[in-house]
Amino acid sequence: MRNLSLSVRRGEIFGFLGPNGAGKSTSIKMLLGLVNPSGGEAFVLGEPSGDVEVRRKIGFLPEDFRFYQWLTATELLEFHGRLCGMDTARLHERVPYLLDLVGLAPHRTKRLQGFSKGMLQRIGLAQALIHEPEVIFLDEPTSGLDPMGRRLVRDIIRAQRDRGATVFLNSHLLSEIEVTCDQVAFIRDGEIVATRDLHGPEQENVRVAVRARKLTPQALAGLSQWAQCKPLDGDGVTLMAASRETLPEILRYLVQSGCEPFEFTPQRISLEDLFMEIVGEDRGL
Amino acid sequence: MNPVWIIASITFREAARKKILWTAGAVGIGFLIVFGAGLHYQMADFRNSDISPFLRYQVLSAMVMVGLYTVDLLAVVMTILTSVDTISGEIASGTIQAVATKPVARWHVLIGKWAGFVAMLAIYVGLMFGGTLAAGYWIGGVTLQNPVRGAMLVFLECLLALTATFLLGTWFSTLTNGVIVLGLHGLAFLGGWLEQMSGFAEGSGLVTLGVASSLVMPTEAIWRRAAFLMQPPLAGALQFSPFANVSVPSGAMVGYAGFYLLVILAAAVYHFQRRDL
Repeated sequence: MRNLSLSVRRGEIFGFLGPNGAGKSTSIKMLLGLVNPSGGEAFVLGEPSGDVEVRRKIGFLPEDFRFYQWLTATELLEFHGRLCGMDTARLHERVPYLLDLVGLAPHRTKRLQGFSKGMLQRIGLAQALIHEPEVIFLDEPTSGLDPMGRRLVRDIIRAQRDRGATVFLNSHLLSEIEVTCDQVAFIRDGEIVATRDLHGPEQENVRVAVRARKLTPQALAGLSQWAQCKPLDGDGVTLMAASRETLPEILRYLVQSGCEPFEFTPQRISLEDLFMEIVGEDRGL
Repeated sequence: MNPVWIIASITFREAARKKILWTAGAVGIGFLIVFGAGLHYQMADFRNSDISPFLRYQVLSAMVMVGLYTVDLLAVVMTILTSVDTISGEIASGTIQAVATKPVARWHVLIGKWAGFVAMLAIYVGLMFGGTLAAGYWIGGVTLQNPVRGAMLVFLECLLALTATFLLGTWFSTLTNGVIVLGLHGLAFLGGWLEQMSGFAEGSGLVTLGVASSLVMPTEAIWRRAAFLMQPPLAGALQFSPFANVSVPSGAMVGYAGFYLLVILAAAVYHFQRRDL
């Protein structure tokens, strides 16, 4: 990692994106105190990362997690709850609630060695939430889940945000990030290369595919006051407009310039497009 | 609840769930049955011979010492085999991550696991040592000297092997760890024999080599001290045996072993606290 600098606002779902080997999991481990940075400092909830008292307010689901396979689902949650300082009465209330929340209530007395990957993912999420943490780090929380499981995890993550928790989400599944996160950061070669607010003004940028006859260079040059142009094959261009509000004005300009538009299609910029644009093509590891 | 106690309890439960406790118990009972049967047949042979009561007692005492030596070997090897994966295995698999990110200090995790093994070893050594002594007493009428001190020293020997395994587990993979710890115990074993051989050649460099080996890994020296404290005269007079009273480690070696134990435990905690997980 180098020049890693990012801040996450309380109460938001923050997505951490990057190609394989970019340093996402290492960054999370540094924030949790599992890995010592060779330089620099990190703070979680205003305290140095790795501090024991801060960890009382943190939940963590590791990537490719392994738990004690010889424990039952209930025993695993009780063990992690006790490590968090929870008493028996609180555990008796919290453990059944969480098993129900992640859909494992019927398997409460089953040992983890008989769990599928998706079930382990669910129990892992439950252990991360056992003590109602203020910050939750989830490293690839949906990687082993079926579509229903993904939806369940998405709903749980949103519910955590709604109760005021901050969720730090590391995932390869861009579609999941897109519908879940408030803000994302892109990491490449150990560096943060961009951050985006998924619900902020930057998202108002709109891409429009235009096809028109008589699309002269002069007409294209005039478009630059509203949008960036990128030629398409044949008689078309892609426009990147600053705002959806400018689209009628652009269309009017094209007609007045003598162009004959027969296609004018606004396109949503997906997170995947943004990812490819910012992080670039796969250059191999 | 104290985190050390929570981790120690889960370590104990792991050994039970993975059937390590029951398997070790079954092997131990098997050993005691064979040992008791051996004593029984020896007694039957004695009844048909005119061997003097004194010599008979010495032979039976030596048999009990052989039994205790076997318990000692079993205990040390089981200590290493059962604990070799506990730190390095959890680091390699990532299991440690979900635990180490809970609000507990890393030393809680390491000392908790260590304490769980210490409790299991105390039970194992107590039962095996007690069972061997009880069989010797009930079947052969043998009462060794200083049995409690002997048992405590064998327990100390197991703690040395356990703690060395923990220390190396914070550095190396499971397999490498096992190879190194067993190698160290082998070195200590060899050193002990070299020291005994030195009894026949005054001023030999063998003493220096034997003592140096014991300083690197004092497990075998502790056994020889325990054997010296417990053994009857005949067993002690058997040269080239694990109980020979040639070049007996002094009480200072026991003190050194205690100090060695504390130092390697502190080193294990120190390195586990600082390493990446």
